[in-house]
Amino acid sequence: MSERYETTWLGGKARPLARSELAAANPSGKSVGKDGSPAAGELSASMGRSNSPDPRPTAATGEPRSLVAGAIAHRCELQTEADLANPIVRIRDLNLYYGPVQALVAITMDIPRRLVTALIGPSGCGKSTLLRCLNRMNDLIDAVRTTGVIELDGQNILDPTLDVIALRRRVGMVFQKPMPFPKSIYENVAYGLRLAGIRQRAALDEIVERSLRRAGLWEEVKDRLHESALGLSGGQHQRLCIARAIAVQPEIILMDEPCSALDPRSTTRIEDLIAELRGEYTIVIVTHNMQQAARVSDYTGFLYEGRLIEFGRTTQIFTKPEKKETEDYITGRFG
Amino acid sequence: MLLVTLTALYVVFANGLGVFWPQPIYEITLADGSKLLGEWREEEIDPLSGRQRIKFYCANMEDMPPFRWIYADEIVHQEQPTEVLKLDRAANLHYIGYLKEIRLSSRPRNQNAASADPADDVPEETTPSGPEQLAWAIRWAKRWEAAEVAPWRQQENQLAQQLNDQIKYALIEARYQLQQLLRAGRSQSDPACQALTDRIAQLTQEENRLKAEAHQLAARRAEQETKLRHNVAVFLDVQGREKQIPLVDIVRSSRPNAMSLPAKCQFYLAKWWELLTDPPREANQDGGIFPAILGTVLLVFLMAIVAFPLGVLAGVYLGEYARDNLLVRWVRVAVNNLAGIPSIVYGIFGLGFFIYLCGGTLDSWFYPARVEAREPVFGQPCILWAALTLGLLTLPVVIVSTEEALRQIPREIREGSYALGATKLQTLLRVLLPMASPGVMTGFILAMARAVGEVAPLMITGAVKSAPLPITAQFPFIRLDRQFMHLGYHILDISCKSPNVEATKGLVYVTTLLLLAVVLVLTSTAIWLRNRMRKRYYVRAI
Repeated sequence: MSERYETTWLGGKARPLARSELAAANPSGKSVGKDGSPAAGELSASMGRSNSPDPRPTAATGEPRSLVAGAIAHRCELQTEADLANPIVRIRDLNLYYGPVQALVAITMDIPRRLVTALIGPSGCGKSTLLRCLNRMNDLIDAVRTTGVIELDGQNILDPTLDVIALRRRVGMVFQKPMPFPKSIYENVAYGLRLAGIRQRAALDEIVERSLRRAGLWEEVKDRLHESALGLSGGQHQRLCIARAIAVQPEIILMDEPCSALDPRSTTRIEDLIAELRGEYTIVIVTHNMQQAARVSDYTGFLYEGRLIEFGRTTQIFTKPEKKETEDYITGRFG
Repeated sequence: MLLVTLTALYVVFANGLGVFWPQPIYEITLADGSKLLGEWREEEIDPLSGRQRIKFYCANMEDMPPFRWIYADEIVHQEQPTEVLKLDRAANLHYIGYLKEIRLSSRPRNQNAASADPADDVPEETTPSGPEQLAWAIRWAKRWEAAEVAPWRQQENQLAQQLNDQIKYALIEARYQLQQLLRAGRSQSDPACQALTDRIAQLTQEENRLKAEAHQLAARRAEQETKLRHNVAVFLDVQGREKQIPLVDIVRSSRPNAMSLPAKCQFYLAKWWELLTDPPREANQDGGIFPAILGTVLLVFLMAIVAFPLGVLAGVYLGEYARDNLLVRWVRVAVNNLAGIPSIVYGIFGLGFFIYLCGGTLDSWFYPARVEAREPVFGQPCILWAALTLGLLTLPVVIVSTEEALRQIPREIREGSYALGATKLQTLLRVLLPMASPGVMTGFILAMARAVGEVAPLMITGAVKSAPLPITAQFPFIRLDRQFMHLGYHILDISCKSPNVEATKGLVYVTTLLLLAVVLVLTSTAIWLRNRMRKRYYVRAI
């Protein structure tokens, strides 16, 4: 009953784990796991529910629980298992160095398909860096060195021979500062499509409209599609950036503090938008705002000093965090 | 700074705009009884005697000194006679005097040329000496010249060009080949040598034939011209001396004292038009400065064609592609220091590198014969090398401003583009360069403004006092191997090197005004372009 979903915390030791080793770490995972779940699911399940390597007592284990609560917890667990049965991204033992400084330490996590995953943590903990690994944005920075494996549908995206351009088409990104290109609204959305080589006017028109509708911007801008995008407001800018990102039909959308430069009303709209996009796209969002993380995300990962301290269902992270650091952070004792 | 600029502009405008306005002509009687006719130019206190004195422009420079200082207290009487005439002449600048009569010695043979004018029926020999008749006679003489003399002159020029292009250079080439063969040890009797010797003989013969033809043409032209020059207008100066001036020599006659305001305006505009469209006369002392304007504009365009792409490419490389290593840092330092080097140093560099090294090498590859004959094609100062030198001079500004403009683009814009699957080149071409374009244009405007006004390096690399237009009607249309005239150099020439510095003073201001106007037109075009770009690509800071 006390089993909970959490990451294997390697205590900072950058030790590459072989798959077999991971699977062997907790054979009991199979007994609880769903019947006939695929090997990948088993792997993540075994990883996720590795209670035995962690000897520390937690707040939850000592408490008596009601039957109902137990049932809910159990359902929650099954849900988690289902979500992570076929994750879209698997990160294994990711280490990242800015020159001599290590920014990410042995990150291992799975990102569930078509759900919203939030990354929280104090400033400088490496959330954005982790996010930017997912579409190799860190390549743009000199002196960044990465080790480990990030698999996107089974393909290691850290492979130096990988086509980064194709990757970035699959993994879109929205930035903290909404910064549209100094072109028309239409051209902003069509930019990625043109890069992909789509030239037919009809196709472009259709995708631009669909993307703007999806981003909830169509009604506001449909009469001035060919005016400069710079004339829009900050919130509209951000939605335009989201429209721009979804126009190329990515599988994953990374959002790097998408609301931190916006007013509360625009923030609400963006959050609503995220809720709408959930189910169609996999969304990974970095945020400073814990209420936001609680509102929009299904899963939450807490990073601290380059380490993934805890990862689990959002409800659980915010109600019953397993680690003291997590609890301290979400209750506002630091960070 | 503003004050200095305004003062400079005021001086140039105040002096330059008034130069062509017709001035009244005074007839002055001095205390000793002598009379003077001329324009009141300026007055000052004589530093020696403390008396007020006036600078008087009497023109007629072949008869007397054209400028005279007159003490104001010596003037007994002054008036403005309406019938006094001022002539612009093809030689010896202006003449101021009274018209006595017009003597026409002959009628044009080609009746078609002149019969259109009803005033054609004026009697021969001496005609009444009114200003209308003078104007008519001048027009008539010009038509005659166009009909009878100009065709000869044109033929002469064609012949000269033929001699130059076809015979002279062919001869040089043939002689050179022969010399090469002889040097290689062939004997005179060798068939190849024989063929060349024959060709040289043939060319020489042709040359002599054409030269004789040219002589003939010149003689016939001279004959016609002499005939034409027998048609004169006779003038009297204030001392009563008679002066015969051939009608063809009179470029323009006016009666400033009798002119109404519209007539003055018309005269003024006509003078400006002449300035803008005509080549100079009389060693740049009079006439227009069209070749200089054209040379300046062409030079700047050539420079832009060279410097702009190169500068932008270098700036893009330094800003986007270069890694931060020692070499790149040195390149940056060099670029920044280049901007501070005195322009004359660029001139010397242009002379040494472009003219002697590049030009000399080009010549030795493609025109060895011309080098041998000491008639280099590109191994001499010309507009090409001047433009390249100027390009070099302006390059640092363009590079630095391009780099700076790229650096100012927010990181999010780049990342946004990369995140949508753009390559570095796509990002550069589709987003970064358009956004950087206003900044790049700013640098370009600065560079251009500097280039237009630069004279020092041009003096060494190709600007001259007088040159044919670098544009031709035949195929390449633009002759890069020609020397050229330049407004800045023209100012230097007429202000310091003119045979009559005092007389060209007005023209100096006018030319300066024009140079400023050219700078203004070029830079304001560029600024207009930049503002359009800026409007389009302006990024609001959020």
